[in-house]
Amino acid sequence: MAPNRRPSKSKYTADRGTPGAFEGETVTRRRFMTGTAHGAGALATMGFTLPALAFAIGPIFKNQSLGWQTIGTPDMFPDNNYIPAVMVIAPGVGEAGKSTVYVRRRNPAIDTQPPSEFNRWVAVTSRCSHLGCSVRWIPSAERFICPCHGSVFDLEGVRVAGPAPRPLDRFFTRLHDGFVQVGRRYSVNSELRAFSPRDPGEPLDGIGQYLYPSRPSVRI
Amino acid sequence: MPKLPAPPIPPQFLPQPPRPGTQRGRPRTPLEKGAEAGKSAVDWIDERTSLSGGVRWMLFRKVPKGTNWYYTLGSATLFAFLSQAVTGVFLAMYYRPETTGGAYESVRYINNDVFLGQLVQGMHKWGSSVMVVLVFLHMGRTFFFGAYKYPRELNWVIGVVLLILTMTMAFTGYLLPFDQQSYWATIVGVNINGTGPLIGPYLSDFLRGGPEFTATTLSRFYAIHMLLVPGAIAAMIGAHLYLVAKLGTTAPPWQRAAVDTPELVEEKV
Repeated sequence: MAPNRRPSKSKYTADRGTPGAFEGETVTRRRFMTGTAHGAGALATMGFTLPALAFAIGPIFKNQSLGWQTIGTPDMFPDNNYIPAVMVIAPGVGEAGKSTVYVRRRNPAIDTQPPSEFNRWVAVTSRCSHLGCSVRWIPSAERFICPCHGSVFDLEGVRVAGPAPRPLDRFFTRLHDGFVQVGRRYSVNSELRAFSPRDPGEPLDGIGQYLYPSRPSVRI
Repeated sequence: MPKLPAPPIPPQFLPQPPRPGTQRGRPRTPLEKGAEAGKSAVDWIDERTSLSGGVRWMLFRKVPKGTNWYYTLGSATLFAFLSQAVTGVFLAMYYRPETTGGAYESVRYINNDVFLGQLVQGMHKWGSSVMVVLVFLHMGRTFFFGAYKYPRELNWVIGVVLLILTMTMAFTGYLLPFDQQSYWATIVGVNINGTGPLIGPYLSDFLRGGPEFTATTLSRFYAIHMLLVPGAIAAMIGAHLYLVAKLGTTAPPWQRAAVDTPELVEEKV
């Protein structure tokens, strides 16, 4: 190279003039070889990391439903008091996967939502909307009370005291072959408007429904 | 290359020259033969790896004046981690991550029937609290002594990552006995994770392996607890220790360097 010649500006042609390089080639073979080796290595690494990662986060995107579960006959449930029933919310974990659901018949004097095939009974979860402890229905007080942090909910499951951010979740109900069945869970905001189920601790009023989006695994 | 400092070997262990007048070809005692064998084994490895320089660089460092007992908190945390690692490996020999009674039963079996099982499980259980406490004490020492400042900021960052990993270990390990307490604590803990805006709900689904707490959750927590996070902690501790050896430790803030301060004199104009 002539001593006065300006150095090549592009790093892609920096290898020009090395022994064996063709005149005028834009990407030298050395650079091509390096790039190919790095690219092949990256491809091979992605070949096992991406499937493993997808394997780990796959359940987030899989919609999981347990279908309808029979909990009793229509005459078991009055319209002014909740009757506890047991349902499975998580399969395969034995007793730990069972949960209490509080059920009463729909009472037009209290329940102002339009009647439909799926709300002839009001099924309220026993899972506190604060952090997931088990609430208990106290008939004499007509209140659900959570033992963990003292949230209190009224007959409709709407919060009247405590740290809970939204009313108690509900389940779809239906009459099937003469039996009352409960289906999927849904969450409600303080006006009892239905949303896809949220986890405990996630508010639904105002900006809450956007800060805590519904998840594909339980979206209705 | 600068000469590495010689290890501070006590004089009685240094090789002694033969006394004047003694026979050079004296038969060696079995103790001397044993010492020779050990030395030649270490030499054999060192000749092929040159490890001794690194070991000396790591272990025989100069520490500043004023170094005190608070500087042992990091080593104490490391020791707690090693204790957790060893007891955890042996607990894994008996533990079964089954939600339908197997997990609880295996922990009950470890505690009641296995020889020294109660001790090993107890060390692991209480050791986890000890480790969390030591991490915070070590962090407090670093903070109050100003040891996080330049050029040690990166070591502080690595330390914070280690703190998060330690908390992850404590959280995932809490579920494994699978009794009422750990079950409900994990439900509440995962729901607290879910209260993070925007990604919280997805994080909950990831932790549970689905919308509800199932058998997948337990095996997932077990894998995170005994494979994923311990590996990450070990790697991070390696980086942490490398930086400690590389940058050295700081003197306590009350320690002043001995400098000759020129006496102040009134300036005559």
